[in-house]
Amino acid sequence: MRLCRVIGTVVATRHHPTYDGRKLLLVRPETPDGSKAADAFIAVDRVQAGPGDRVLVLTEGNGVRQLLGADSGPIRSIVAGIIDDLDTPAPRGRAPG
Amino acid sequence: MYLGQVIGTVVAERRIEGLEGHKLLLVQPLDEDERPSGAKQVAVDTVQAGPGDLVVLVGSREAALALEPSFVPVDAAIVGLIDDLQRTDVG
Repeated sequence: MRLCRVIGTVVATRHHPTYDGRKLLLVRPETPDGSKAADAFIAVDRVQAGPGDRVLVLTEGNGVRQLLGADSGPIRSIVAGIIDDLDTPAPRGRAPG
Repeated sequence: MYLGQVIGTVVAERRIEGLEGHKLLLVQPLDEDERPSGAKQVAVDTVQAGPGDLVVLVGSREAALALEPSFVPVDAAIVGLIDDLQRTDVG
């Protein structure tokens, strides 16, 4: 899963039938410290996320098919969680000597 | 899925089986600021998009699922015509 920030919403009234009733969000991959890691992409929202939220995004077809079942169709990315807190303690170094 | 803009149409009279009858469009993938991001590509259209339209694209295996029930051998498909794209300033 990728760590992303919701940076916008996408409305596409005319769409493939698989997208009926699904909310689309523009999400941008981020590093743990919050800077941009890659160009933004579009994901289907499953957790009522909104602009500014830090989210977990599934970006690979197999997990998406598990979530949506047999009718997953041409959907590849899903917002699967809202991140409340991210803790990245400094890696424990090997003792010198 | 990713953002793109339709920049042209592609005519290919002779095609492999399964691709007949599907419209092919030339698209430019875009980043969040609607600037070009990556190489132009050919995508199969499922929403009657046309040149200039801002669209939702899907790639890889999922693109092939866009034309079900037949599993059509494509690796990019247009699955949405964007009416509105709202950006939020998150710094």
